[in-house]
Amino acid sequence: MTDATPPRYDRVSAVGFLGYAAGVALIVWCLNGAGFSLEKVTTSPPRFADFMSRAWPPNLEPSVLERLGWKMIETLQIAVAGAVIGVILSVPVALLAARGLVAGGWINQVTRTILGFLRAVPDIAWALVFVVAVGLGPFAGMLAIVVDTVGFCGRFFADDMEGTDKGPAESLAATGARKIDVVACATIPAAMPAFISTSLYALEKAVRSSTILGLVGAGGIGIELKVGFDLFDYPTAMTVILMIAVVVIGIEQISGWARNRIIGTER
Amino acid sequence: MRASHSSTTSLVTDLSLKSRPAPKTQVASTGALGVPVAPVDIEASCVSKTFAGTPIFSDVSFRLVRAEAVALVGANGTGKSTLLRCLMGLLPVSDGRVVLLGQDTGTTTHAALRGLRARIGLVSQKHNLVPRLSVLSNVVHGLLGQRPGLRHWSHRFAPEASRLDAMQALEKVGLADLALRRADRLSGGQSQRVAIARAIVGAPEILIADEPCASLDPAAGEDVMDLFFQLARENGVTVVFTSHHIDHALRYGDRVLGLAEGRLRLDATAASLKPADLRGLYD
Repeated sequence: MTDATPPRYDRVSAVGFLGYAAGVALIVWCLNGAGFSLEKVTTSPPRFADFMSRAWPPNLEPSVLERLGWKMIETLQIAVAGAVIGVILSVPVALLAARGLVAGGWINQVTRTILGFLRAVPDIAWALVFVVAVGLGPFAGMLAIVVDTVGFCGRFFADDMEGTDKGPAESLAATGARKIDVVACATIPAAMPAFISTSLYALEKAVRSSTILGLVGAGGIGIELKVGFDLFDYPTAMTVILMIAVVVIGIEQISGWARNRIIGTER
Repeated sequence: MRASHSSTTSLVTDLSLKSRPAPKTQVASTGALGVPVAPVDIEASCVSKTFAGTPIFSDVSFRLVRAEAVALVGANGTGKSTLLRCLMGLLPVSDGRVVLLGQDTGTTTHAALRGLRARIGLVSQKHNLVPRLSVLSNVVHGLLGQRPGLRHWSHRFAPEASRLDAMQALEKVGLADLALRRADRLSGGQSQRVAIARAIVGAPEILIADEPCASLDPAAGEDVMDLFFQLARENGVTVVFTSHHIDHALRYGDRVLGLAEGRLRLDATAASLKPADLRGLYD
Protein backbone atom coordinates (compact mmCIF):
# COMPACT_ATOMS: atom_id res chain seq x y z
CA MET A 1 0.00 0.00 0.00
CA THR A 2 1.37 3.39 -0.96
CA ASP A 3 2.08 6.01 1.69
CA ALA A 4 2.59 8.81 -0.84
CA THR A 5 -0.01 11.17 -2.27
CA PRO A 6 0.26 13.16 -5.48
CA PRO A 7 1.15 16.87 -5.24
CA ARG A 8 -1.82 19.18 -4.77
CA TYR A 9 -0.66 21.73 -7.33
CA ASP A 10 1.39 21.61 -10.51
CA ARG A 11 4.70 23.46 -10.42
CA VAL A 12 4.28 26.77 -12.24
CA SER A 13 6.67 27.27 -15.14
CA ALA A 14 8.46 30.56 -15.74
CA VAL A 15 6.18 31.31 -18.68
CA GLY A 16 3.14 30.48 -16.59
CA PHE A 17 4.37 32.73 -13.79
CA LEU A 18 4.85 35.59 -16.27
CA GLY A 19 1.30 34.99 -17.55
CA TYR A 20 -0.16 35.28 -14.04
CA ALA A 21 1.92 38.40 -13.39
CA ALA A 22 0.71 39.96 -16.65
CA GLY A 23 -2.90 39.20 -15.69
CA VAL A 24 -2.50 40.90 -12.29
CA ALA A 25 -0.81 43.90 -13.96
CA LEU A 26 -3.71 44.19 -16.42
CA ILE A 27 -6.27 44.26 -13.59
CA VAL A 28 -4.28 46.91 -11.68
CA TRP A 29 -4.00 49.00 -14.86
CA CYS A 30 -7.75 48.78 -15.44
CA LEU A 31 -8.55 49.74 -11.82
CA ASN A 32 -6.25 52.74 -12.20
CA GLY A 33 -7.95 53.76 -15.44
CA ALA A 34 -11.35 53.40 -13.76
CA GLY A 35 -10.28 55.87 -11.06
CA PHE A 36 -10.51 53.28 -8.30
CA SER A 37 -9.91 54.94 -4.97
CA LEU A 38 -10.00 53.20 -1.60
CA GLU A 39 -10.27 56.60 0.03
CA LYS A 40 -13.47 57.33 -1.88
CA VAL A 41 -14.81 53.90 -1.01
CA THR A 42 -14.23 54.50 2.69
CA THR A 43 -15.63 58.05 2.68
CA SER A 44 -18.70 57.32 0.54
CA PRO A 45 -20.92 55.57 3.15
CA PRO A 46 -21.66 58.79 5.04
CA ARG A 47 -22.58 60.50 1.72
CA PHE A 48 -24.72 57.56 0.77
CA ALA A 49 -26.38 57.67 4.17
CA ASP A 50 -26.99 61.38 3.66
CA PHE A 51 -28.67 60.69 0.31
CA MET A 52 -30.80 57.96 1.87
CA SER A 53 -31.85 60.24 4.71
CA ARG A 54 -33.00 62.84 2.17
CA ALA A 55 -34.63 60.28 -0.14
CA TRP A 56 -36.40 58.26 2.53
CA PRO A 57 -39.30 57.90 2.88
CA PRO A 58 -40.13 57.74 -0.80
CA ASN A 59 -42.77 60.07 -2.16
CA LEU A 60 -46.05 58.17 -1.97
CA GLU A 61 -48.44 61.00 -2.67
CA PRO A 62 -51.37 59.67 -4.72
CA SER A 63 -50.89 62.24 -7.48
CA VAL A 64 -47.20 61.32 -7.78
CA LEU A 65 -47.94 57.60 -7.69
CA GLU A 66 -50.58 58.03 -10.37
CA ARG A 67 -48.20 59.99 -12.61
CA LEU A 68 -45.35 57.53 -12.09
CA GLY A 69 -47.71 54.60 -12.52
CA TRP A 70 -48.76 55.79 -15.96
CA LYS A 71 -45.13 56.38 -16.86
CA MET A 72 -44.31 52.84 -15.75
CA ILE A 73 -47.14 51.49 -17.88
CA GLU A 74 -45.71 53.44 -20.82
CA THR A 75 -42.31 51.90 -20.02
CA LEU A 76 -43.79 48.41 -20.14
CA GLN A 77 -45.60 49.22 -23.37
CA ILE A 78 -42.32 50.33 -24.94
CA ALA A 79 -40.61 47.16 -23.70
CA VAL A 80 -43.30 44.69 -24.74
CA ALA A 81 -43.98 46.26 -28.14
CA GLY A 82 -40.27 46.58 -28.91
CA ALA A 83 -39.45 43.07 -27.74
CA VAL A 84 -42.34 41.44 -29.62
CA ILE A 85 -41.56 43.21 -32.90
CA GLY A 86 -37.86 42.53 -32.37
CA VAL A 87 -38.43 38.82 -31.77
CA ILE A 88 -40.66 38.53 -34.86
CA LEU A 89 -38.09 40.31 -37.04
CA SER A 90 -35.32 38.17 -35.56
CA VAL A 91 -36.66 34.94 -37.04
CA PRO A 92 -36.07 35.78 -40.74
CA VAL A 93 -32.83 37.54 -39.86
CA ALA A 94 -31.65 34.47 -37.96
CA LEU A 95 -32.51 32.27 -40.94
CA LEU A 96 -30.11 34.37 -43.02
CA ALA A 97 -27.46 34.24 -40.28
CA ALA A 98 -27.63 30.49 -39.56
CA ARG A 99 -25.02 28.50 -41.41
CA GLY A 100 -26.21 25.67 -43.63
CA LEU A 101 -29.92 26.45 -43.55
CA VAL A 102 -31.34 28.65 -46.29
CA ALA A 103 -28.63 31.11 -47.25
CA GLY A 104 -25.09 30.77 -48.53
CA GLY A 105 -21.90 31.36 -46.60
CA TRP A 106 -21.31 34.99 -47.47
CA ILE A 107 -24.89 35.96 -46.62
CA ASN A 108 -24.45 34.23 -43.25
CA GLN A 109 -21.28 36.19 -42.64
CA VAL A 110 -22.69 39.58 -43.70
CA THR A 111 -25.82 39.04 -41.58
CA ARG A 112 -23.78 38.02 -38.54
CA THR A 113 -21.56 41.06 -38.95
CA ILE A 114 -24.61 43.36 -39.06
CA LEU A 115 -26.06 41.62 -35.99
CA GLY A 116 -22.73 42.09 -34.22
CA PHE A 117 -22.89 45.81 -35.01
CA LEU A 118 -26.47 46.06 -33.68
CA ARG A 119 -25.35 44.43 -30.43
CA ALA A 120 -22.16 46.45 -30.13
CA VAL A 121 -24.00 49.78 -30.05
CA PRO A 122 -25.70 50.20 -26.61
CA ASP A 123 -29.46 50.59 -26.52
CA ILE A 124 -29.16 54.09 -25.04
CA ALA A 125 -27.11 55.11 -28.10
CA TRP A 126 -29.76 53.67 -30.40
CA ALA A 127 -32.34 55.68 -28.43
CA LEU A 128 -30.35 58.88 -29.05
CA VAL A 129 -30.21 58.06 -32.76
CA PHE A 130 -33.96 57.43 -32.96
CA VAL A 131 -34.78 60.55 -30.95
CA VAL A 132 -33.01 62.47 -33.70
CA ALA A 133 -34.73 60.42 -36.40
CA VAL A 134 -38.35 60.29 -35.15
CA GLY A 135 -38.39 62.88 -32.38
CA LEU A 136 -38.74 62.74 -28.61
CA GLY A 137 -41.12 60.22 -27.11
CA PRO A 138 -41.81 56.53 -26.59
CA PHE A 139 -41.70 55.62 -30.30
CA ALA A 140 -37.96 56.36 -30.37
CA GLY A 141 -37.55 54.14 -27.31
CA MET A 142 -39.53 51.34 -28.89
CA LEU A 143 -37.40 51.46 -32.04
CA ALA A 144 -34.26 51.31 -29.91
CA ILE A 145 -35.62 48.20 -28.16
CA VAL A 146 -36.52 46.64 -31.53
CA VAL A 147 -32.99 47.11 -32.86
CA ASP A 148 -31.39 45.89 -29.64
CA THR A 149 -33.67 42.82 -29.58
CA VAL A 150 -32.94 41.95 -33.22
CA GLY A 151 -29.20 42.15 -32.51
CA PHE A 152 -29.58 39.87 -29.52
CA CYS A 153 -32.25 37.40 -30.66
CA GLY A 154 -31.05 37.25 -34.28
CA ARG A 155 -27.68 35.96 -33.15
CA PHE A 156 -28.99 33.50 -30.56
CA PHE A 157 -31.86 32.21 -32.72
CA ALA A 158 -29.30 31.49 -35.45
CA ASP A 159 -27.05 29.66 -33.00
CA ASP A 160 -30.03 27.71 -31.66
CA MET A 161 -31.07 26.60 -35.16
CA GLU A 162 -27.52 25.59 -36.05
CA GLY A 163 -27.39 23.48 -32.89
CA THR A 164 -30.53 21.44 -33.56
CA ASP A 165 -30.44 17.74 -34.35
CA LYS A 166 -29.99 17.47 -38.11
CA GLY A 167 -31.77 14.12 -38.35
CA PRO A 168 -35.37 15.33 -38.74
CA ALA A 169 -34.27 17.95 -41.28
CA GLU A 170 -32.45 15.32 -43.31
CA SER A 171 -35.48 13.04 -43.21
CA LEU A 172 -37.67 15.83 -44.60
CA ALA A 173 -35.07 16.78 -47.21
CA ALA A 174 -35.13 13.13 -48.24
CA THR A 175 -38.84 13.44 -49.05
CA GLY A 176 -38.00 16.16 -51.59
CA ALA A 177 -39.14 19.00 -49.33
CA ARG A 178 -37.88 22.50 -50.14
CA LYS A 179 -35.37 24.15 -47.82
CA ILE A 180 -37.95 26.55 -46.47
CA ASP A 181 -40.33 23.66 -45.72
CA VAL A 182 -37.55 21.74 -43.98
CA VAL A 183 -36.67 24.75 -41.83
CA ALA A 184 -40.30 25.46 -40.96
CA CYS A 185 -41.21 21.85 -40.18
CA ALA A 186 -38.03 20.47 -38.61
CA THR A 187 -35.50 23.11 -37.65
CA ILE A 188 -37.73 25.78 -36.10
CA PRO A 189 -39.87 23.34 -34.06
CA ALA A 190 -36.68 21.72 -32.76
CA ALA A 191 -35.27 25.11 -31.79
CA MET A 192 -38.54 26.37 -30.32
CA PRO A 193 -37.70 25.74 -26.63
CA ALA A 194 -34.50 27.74 -27.07
CA PHE A 195 -36.41 30.43 -29.00
CA ILE A 196 -38.92 30.79 -26.17
CA SER A 197 -36.21 30.95 -23.53
CA THR A 198 -34.23 33.54 -25.50
CA SER A 199 -37.36 35.59 -26.23
CA LEU A 200 -38.35 35.72 -22.58
CA TYR A 201 -34.84 36.80 -21.66
CA ALA A 202 -35.05 39.46 -24.40
CA LEU A 203 -38.28 40.71 -22.80
CA GLU A 204 -36.60 40.96 -19.39
CA LYS A 205 -33.71 42.82 -21.02
CA ALA A 206 -36.13 45.14 -22.83
CA VAL A 207 -37.93 46.01 -19.59
CA ARG A 208 -34.61 46.84 -17.89
CA SER A 209 -33.51 48.93 -20.89
CA SER A 210 -36.80 50.77 -21.28
CA THR A 211 -36.59 52.11 -17.72
CA ILE A 212 -33.55 54.21 -18.57
CA LEU A 213 -34.33 55.24 -22.16
CA GLY A 214 -36.27 58.18 -20.78
CA LEU A 215 -32.94 59.69 -19.68
CA VAL A 216 -32.39 60.68 -23.31
CA GLY A 217 -36.01 61.58 -24.04
CA ALA A 218 -37.06 58.27 -25.54
CA GLY A 219 -40.12 57.82 -23.34
CA GLY A 220 -40.80 55.80 -20.25
CA ILE A 221 -40.16 56.35 -16.57
CA GLY A 222 -36.46 57.20 -16.98
CA ILE A 223 -37.29 60.89 -17.52
CA GLU A 224 -38.91 60.99 -14.06
CA LEU A 225 -35.71 59.63 -12.53
CA LYS A 226 -33.66 62.30 -14.28
CA VAL A 227 -36.03 65.11 -13.26
CA GLY A 228 -36.07 63.82 -9.69
CA PHE A 229 -32.29 64.04 -9.40
CA ASP A 230 -32.03 67.30 -11.38
CA LEU A 231 -34.51 68.99 -9.00
CA PHE A 232 -33.01 67.32 -5.90
CA ASP A 233 -36.43 65.72 -5.38
CA TYR A 234 -34.82 62.58 -3.95
CA PRO A 235 -38.01 61.08 -2.42
CA THR A 236 -39.63 61.00 -5.86
CA ALA A 237 -36.42 59.64 -7.38
CA MET A 238 -36.43 56.92 -4.70
CA THR A 239 -40.05 56.08 -5.58
CA VAL A 240 -39.02 55.69 -9.22
CA ILE A 241 -36.06 53.44 -8.29
CA LEU A 242 -38.27 51.24 -6.12
CA MET A 243 -40.95 51.03 -8.84
CA ILE A 244 -38.34 50.00 -11.40
CA ALA A 245 -36.95 47.35 -9.03
CA VAL A 246 -40.39 45.93 -8.29
CA VAL A 247 -41.41 45.82 -11.95
CA VAL A 248 -38.12 44.32 -13.19
CA ILE A 249 -38.08 41.66 -10.48
CA GLY A 250 -41.77 40.96 -11.16
CA ILE A 251 -41.15 40.56 -14.90
CA GLU A 252 -38.23 38.22 -14.19
CA GLN A 253 -40.43 36.10 -11.94
CA ILE A 254 -43.26 35.96 -14.49
CA SER A 255 -40.77 35.20 -17.25
CA GLY A 256 -39.22 32.36 -15.24
CA TRP A 257 -42.64 30.94 -14.47
CA ALA A 258 -43.68 31.17 -18.14
CA ARG A 259 -40.42 29.55 -19.25
CA ASN A 260 -40.99 26.55 -16.99
CA ARG A 261 -44.65 26.40 -17.88
CA ILE A 262 -44.12 26.47 -21.65
CA ILE A 263 -40.94 24.47 -22.14
CA GLY A 264 -40.52 22.61 -18.86
CA THR A 265 -37.02 21.74 -17.82
CA GLU A 266 -35.66 21.29 -21.35
CA ARG A 267 -33.70 24.13 -22.93
CA MET B 1 -35.51 -20.34 -50.49
CA ARG B 2 -35.71 -19.60 -46.83
CA ALA B 3 -36.61 -23.04 -45.61
CA SER B 4 -33.67 -23.02 -43.22
CA HIS B 5 -35.35 -20.39 -41.09
CA SER B 6 -37.54 -22.01 -38.51
CA SER B 7 -38.66 -19.12 -36.33
CA THR B 8 -42.21 -17.88 -36.37
CA THR B 9 -41.04 -14.58 -37.67
CA SER B 10 -39.35 -16.31 -40.55
CA LEU B 11 -42.50 -18.18 -41.41
CA VAL B 12 -44.45 -14.96 -41.38
CA THR B 13 -41.88 -13.44 -43.63
CA ASP B 14 -41.90 -16.42 -45.95
CA LEU B 15 -45.65 -16.22 -46.21
CA SER B 16 -45.49 -12.52 -46.93
CA LEU B 17 -42.92 -13.20 -49.60
CA LYS B 18 -45.09 -15.83 -51.23
CA SER B 19 -48.06 -13.53 -51.17
CA ARG B 20 -46.05 -10.74 -52.62
CA PRO B 21 -47.76 -9.47 -55.75
CA ALA B 22 -45.91 -9.74 -58.98
CA PRO B 23 -43.92 -6.56 -59.43
CA LYS B 24 -46.00 -4.28 -61.55
CA THR B 25 -43.07 -3.40 -63.75
CA GLN B 26 -42.36 -6.94 -64.80
CA VAL B 27 -44.79 -6.42 -67.60
CA ALA B 28 -43.75 -2.86 -68.21
CA SER B 29 -41.19 -3.70 -70.86
CA THR B 30 -39.63 -6.66 -72.60
CA GLY B 31 -36.07 -7.44 -73.54
CA ALA B 32 -34.69 -8.37 -76.95
CA LEU B 33 -35.77 -12.01 -76.60
CA GLY B 34 -39.23 -11.08 -75.41
CA VAL B 35 -38.34 -11.76 -71.77
CA PRO B 36 -40.00 -9.32 -69.37
CA VAL B 37 -37.49 -6.86 -68.01
CA ALA B 38 -38.09 -4.89 -64.84
CA PRO B 39 -36.98 -1.28 -65.05
CA VAL B 40 -33.87 -0.23 -63.18
CA ASP B 41 -34.75 2.05 -60.27
CA ILE B 42 -31.23 2.73 -59.06
CA GLU B 43 -27.99 2.34 -60.95
CA ALA B 44 -24.63 3.13 -59.38
CA SER B 45 -21.70 3.16 -61.80
CA CYS B 46 -18.15 3.25 -60.43
CA VAL B 47 -19.29 5.45 -57.54
CA SER B 48 -16.67 6.77 -55.15
CA LYS B 49 -16.94 9.06 -52.16
CA THR B 50 -14.24 10.87 -50.24
CA PHE B 51 -14.50 13.20 -47.27
CA ALA B 52 -11.68 15.74 -46.96
CA GLY B 53 -9.42 13.53 -49.04
CA THR B 54 -10.23 10.38 -47.05
CA PRO B 55 -11.80 7.73 -49.27
CA ILE B 56 -14.96 6.21 -47.83
CA PHE B 57 -15.66 3.78 -50.67
CA SER B 58 -14.50 3.46 -54.25
CA ASP B 59 -15.67 2.06 -57.52
CA VAL B 60 -19.03 0.78 -56.31
CA SER B 61 -21.35 -0.42 -59.09
CA PHE B 62 -24.70 -2.17 -58.97
CA ARG B 63 -28.22 -2.01 -60.37
CA LEU B 64 -31.45 -2.32 -58.47
CA VAL B 65 -34.56 -3.30 -60.38
CA ARG B 66 -38.12 -2.52 -59.48
CA ALA B 67 -39.58 -4.36 -56.49
CA GLU B 68 -36.22 -5.80 -55.49
CA ALA B 69 -35.28 -5.86 -51.80
CA VAL B 70 -31.56 -5.34 -51.33
CA ALA B 71 -29.64 -5.54 -48.08
CA LEU B 72 -26.50 -3.46 -47.81
CA VAL B 73 -24.19 -4.90 -45.17
CA GLY B 74 -20.74 -4.18 -43.85
CA ALA B 75 -18.86 -3.23 -40.73
CA ASN B 76 -19.08 0.20 -39.09
CA GLY B 77 -17.34 2.88 -41.10
CA THR B 78 -17.53 1.12 -44.44
CA GLY B 79 -19.81 3.84 -45.78
CA LYS B 80 -23.20 2.15 -45.94
CA SER B 81 -25.11 5.20 -44.74
CA THR B 82 -23.01 7.48 -46.92
CA LEU B 83 -23.75 5.30 -49.93
CA LEU B 84 -27.49 5.48 -49.21
CA ARG B 85 -27.26 9.28 -49.05
CA CYS B 86 -25.37 9.34 -52.32
CA LEU B 87 -28.05 7.18 -53.93
CA MET B 88 -30.70 9.70 -52.88
CA GLY B 89 -28.67 12.68 -54.01
CA LEU B 90 -28.44 13.98 -50.44
CA LEU B 91 -24.65 13.82 -50.81
CA PRO B 92 -22.81 14.35 -54.08
CA VAL B 93 -20.61 11.51 -55.26
CA SER B 94 -16.90 12.25 -55.66
CA ASP B 95 -16.63 10.12 -58.75
CA GLY B 96 -18.89 7.92 -60.84
CA ARG B 97 -22.57 8.23 -61.55
CA VAL B 98 -25.87 7.50 -59.83
CA VAL B 99 -28.97 7.15 -61.95
CA LEU B 100 -32.09 7.34 -59.81
CA LEU B 101 -35.43 6.52 -61.38
CA GLY B 102 -33.95 7.18 -64.79
CA GLN B 103 -32.22 10.48 -64.01
CA ASP B 104 -28.56 11.16 -63.32
CA THR B 105 -28.46 12.76 -59.86
CA GLY B 106 -25.17 14.47 -60.65
CA THR B 107 -26.45 16.45 -63.61
CA THR B 108 -30.08 17.01 -62.77
CA THR B 109 -31.33 20.32 -61.38
CA HIS B 110 -32.09 20.85 -57.69
CA ALA B 111 -35.80 21.02 -58.45
CA ALA B 112 -35.69 17.79 -60.46
CA LEU B 113 -33.71 16.13 -57.68
CA ARG B 114 -36.37 17.15 -55.19
CA GLY B 115 -38.94 15.67 -57.56
CA LEU B 116 -37.02 12.39 -57.55
CA ARG B 117 -36.76 12.36 -53.77
CA ALA B 118 -40.52 12.86 -53.57
CA ARG B 119 -40.78 9.38 -55.09
CA ILE B 120 -38.61 7.87 -52.32
CA GLY B 121 -39.29 7.12 -48.67
CA LEU B 122 -36.53 7.13 -46.06
CA VAL B 123 -36.52 5.45 -42.68
CA SER B 124 -33.49 6.26 -40.55
CA GLN B 125 -31.81 4.46 -37.67
CA LYS B 126 -33.00 7.20 -35.33
CA HIS B 127 -36.61 7.73 -36.31
CA ASN B 128 -35.90 11.45 -36.83
CA LEU B 129 -39.38 12.61 -35.99
CA VAL B 130 -39.87 16.25 -35.00
CA PRO B 131 -40.32 15.77 -31.26
CA ARG B 132 -42.58 18.66 -30.34
CA LEU B 133 -45.10 18.07 -33.11
CA SER B 134 -47.97 15.65 -33.26
CA VAL B 135 -47.68 12.23 -34.84
CA LEU B 136 -50.15 13.31 -37.54
CA SER B 137 -48.14 16.44 -38.44
CA ASN B 138 -45.00 14.32 -38.70
CA VAL B 139 -46.72 12.00 -41.15
CA VAL B 140 -48.19 14.92 -43.13
CA HIS B 141 -44.60 16.17 -43.51
CA GLY B 142 -43.93 13.07 -45.57
CA LEU B 143 -46.03 14.70 -48.32
CA LEU B 144 -43.99 17.92 -48.46
CA GLY B 145 -42.01 16.75 -51.45
CA GLN B 146 -45.13 16.11 -53.50
CA ARG B 147 -47.28 18.88 -52.05
CA PRO B 148 -44.98 21.70 -50.94
CA GLY B 149 -46.20 24.76 -49.12
CA LEU B 150 -47.20 25.98 -45.72
CA ARG B 151 -50.50 24.10 -45.65
CA HIS B 152 -48.45 20.95 -45.06
CA TRP B 153 -46.39 22.45 -42.24
CA SER B 154 -48.96 21.17 -39.77
CA HIS B 155 -51.89 18.78 -39.93
CA ARG B 156 -54.02 21.66 -38.65
CA PHE B 157 -53.71 23.56 -41.95
CA ALA B 158 -53.34 20.56 -44.26
CA PRO B 159 -56.00 19.83 -46.91
CA GLU B 160 -58.42 17.11 -45.90
CA ALA B 161 -57.05 14.77 -48.58
CA SER B 162 -53.57 15.00 -47.08
CA ARG B 163 -54.85 14.45 -43.55
CA LEU B 164 -56.74 11.41 -44.80
CA ASP B 165 -53.65 10.04 -46.55
CA ALA B 166 -51.68 10.51 -43.35
CA MET B 167 -54.35 8.81 -41.24
CA GLN B 168 -54.43 5.87 -43.65
CA ALA B 169 -50.65 5.56 -43.43
CA LEU B 170 -50.91 5.60 -39.64
CA GLU B 171 -53.61 2.98 -39.81
CA LYS B 172 -51.30 0.74 -41.82
CA VAL B 173 -48.70 0.91 -39.07
CA GLY B 174 -51.37 0.44 -36.40
CA LEU B 175 -51.05 3.86 -34.79
CA ALA B 176 -54.12 5.74 -36.03
CA ASP B 177 -55.31 6.11 -32.44
CA LEU B 178 -52.15 8.03 -31.51
CA ALA B 179 -52.45 10.58 -34.31
CA LEU B 180 -52.68 13.59 -32.01
CA ARG B 181 -50.05 12.47 -29.50
CA ARG B 182 -46.79 14.39 -29.40
CA ALA B 183 -44.01 12.49 -31.15
CA ASP B 184 -41.68 12.74 -28.14
CA ARG B 185 -44.20 10.83 -26.03
CA LEU B 186 -43.95 7.63 -28.08
CA SER B 187 -41.90 4.52 -27.37
CA GLY B 188 -38.97 3.70 -29.63
CA GLY B 189 -40.96 1.09 -31.54
CA GLN B 190 -43.94 3.42 -31.96
CA SER B 191 -41.64 6.22 -33.15
CA GLN B 192 -40.13 3.97 -35.79
CA ARG B 193 -43.60 2.94 -36.94
CA VAL B 194 -44.51 6.61 -37.34
CA ALA B 195 -41.30 7.09 -39.32
CA ILE B 196 -42.44 4.25 -41.58
CA ALA B 197 -45.85 5.89 -41.96
CA ARG B 198 -44.11 9.14 -42.94
CA ALA B 199 -42.02 7.23 -45.48
CA ILE B 200 -44.96 5.46 -47.11
CA VAL B 201 -47.58 8.23 -46.98
CA GLY B 202 -46.54 9.51 -50.40
CA ALA B 203 -46.74 6.01 -51.96
CA PRO B 204 -43.02 5.99 -52.84
CA GLU B 205 -41.53 3.83 -55.57
CA ILE B 206 -38.37 3.23 -53.54
CA LEU B 207 -38.01 2.77 -49.78
CA ILE B 208 -34.62 3.29 -48.20
CA ALA B 209 -34.01 2.19 -44.63
CA ASP B 210 -30.79 2.92 -42.78
CA GLU B 211 -30.52 0.39 -39.96
CA PRO B 212 -34.22 0.78 -39.15
CA CYS B 213 -34.13 -1.36 -36.04
CA ALA B 214 -30.69 -0.47 -34.69
CA SER B 215 -32.07 1.63 -31.85
CA LEU B 216 -34.79 -0.83 -30.89
CA ASP B 217 -34.85 -3.86 -28.63
CA PRO B 218 -34.85 -7.19 -30.49
CA ALA B 219 -38.61 -7.79 -30.27
CA ALA B 220 -39.52 -4.26 -31.38
CA GLY B 221 -36.88 -4.50 -34.10
CA GLU B 222 -38.43 -7.69 -35.48
CA ASP B 223 -41.88 -6.09 -35.44
CA VAL B 224 -40.63 -3.02 -37.28
CA MET B 225 -38.80 -5.06 -39.92
CA ASP B 226 -41.82 -7.32 -40.49
CA LEU B 227 -44.10 -4.33 -40.85
CA PHE B 228 -41.70 -2.44 -43.10
CA PHE B 229 -41.29 -5.30 -45.53
CA GLN B 230 -44.93 -6.28 -45.44
CA LEU B 231 -45.88 -2.75 -46.51
CA ALA B 232 -43.10 -2.57 -49.09
CA ARG B 233 -44.08 -5.85 -50.68
CA GLU B 234 -47.79 -5.14 -50.67
CA ASN B 235 -47.03 -2.23 -52.95
CA GLY B 236 -44.23 -3.71 -55.05
CA VAL B 237 -41.79 -1.10 -53.79
CA THR B 238 -38.04 -1.34 -54.33
CA VAL B 239 -36.26 -1.53 -50.98
CA VAL B 240 -32.67 -0.82 -50.02
CA PHE B 241 -31.79 -1.30 -46.37
CA THR B 242 -28.68 -1.48 -44.28
CA SER B 243 -28.38 -3.75 -41.29
CA HIS B 244 -25.84 -5.25 -38.97
CA HIS B 245 -28.16 -8.20 -38.44
CA ILE B 246 -26.95 -10.92 -40.78
CA ASP B 247 -30.20 -12.81 -40.35
CA HIS B 248 -32.20 -9.73 -41.33
CA ALA B 249 -30.13 -9.30 -44.46
CA LEU B 250 -30.72 -12.91 -45.48
CA ARG B 251 -34.33 -13.06 -44.40
CA TYR B 252 -35.64 -9.78 -45.79
CA GLY B 253 -33.31 -9.19 -48.71
CA ASP B 254 -33.68 -10.75 -52.14
CA ARG B 255 -30.12 -9.74 -52.72
CA VAL B 256 -27.21 -8.79 -50.50
CA LEU B 257 -24.52 -6.23 -51.24
CA GLY B 258 -21.48 -6.27 -48.95
CA LEU B 259 -19.09 -3.39 -48.41
CA ALA B 260 -15.64 -3.99 -46.95
CA GLU B 261 -12.44 -1.98 -47.05
CA GLY B 262 -14.14 0.68 -49.16
CA ARG B 263 -15.11 -1.74 -51.93
CA LEU B 264 -18.17 -3.69 -52.92
CA ARG B 265 -16.98 -7.17 -51.96
CA LEU B 266 -20.25 -9.06 -52.23
CA ASP B 267 -23.20 -8.99 -54.60
CA ALA B 268 -25.27 -12.15 -54.46
CA THR B 269 -28.81 -13.39 -54.02
CA ALA B 270 -29.79 -13.97 -50.42
CA ALA B 271 -30.83 -17.51 -51.28
CA SER B 272 -27.29 -18.37 -52.33
CA LEU B 273 -25.69 -17.10 -49.12
CA LYS B 274 -25.13 -18.52 -45.68
CA PRO B 275 -24.53 -16.45 -42.53
CA ALA B 276 -20.86 -17.46 -42.62
CA ASP B 277 -20.51 -15.81 -46.03
CA LEU B 278 -21.46 -12.48 -44.50
CA ARG B 279 -19.41 -12.75 -41.34
CA GLY B 280 -16.28 -12.39 -43.42
CA LEU B 281 -17.33 -8.82 -44.19
CA TYR B 282 -17.02 -7.94 -40.51
CA ASP B 283 -13.52 -9.39 -39.99
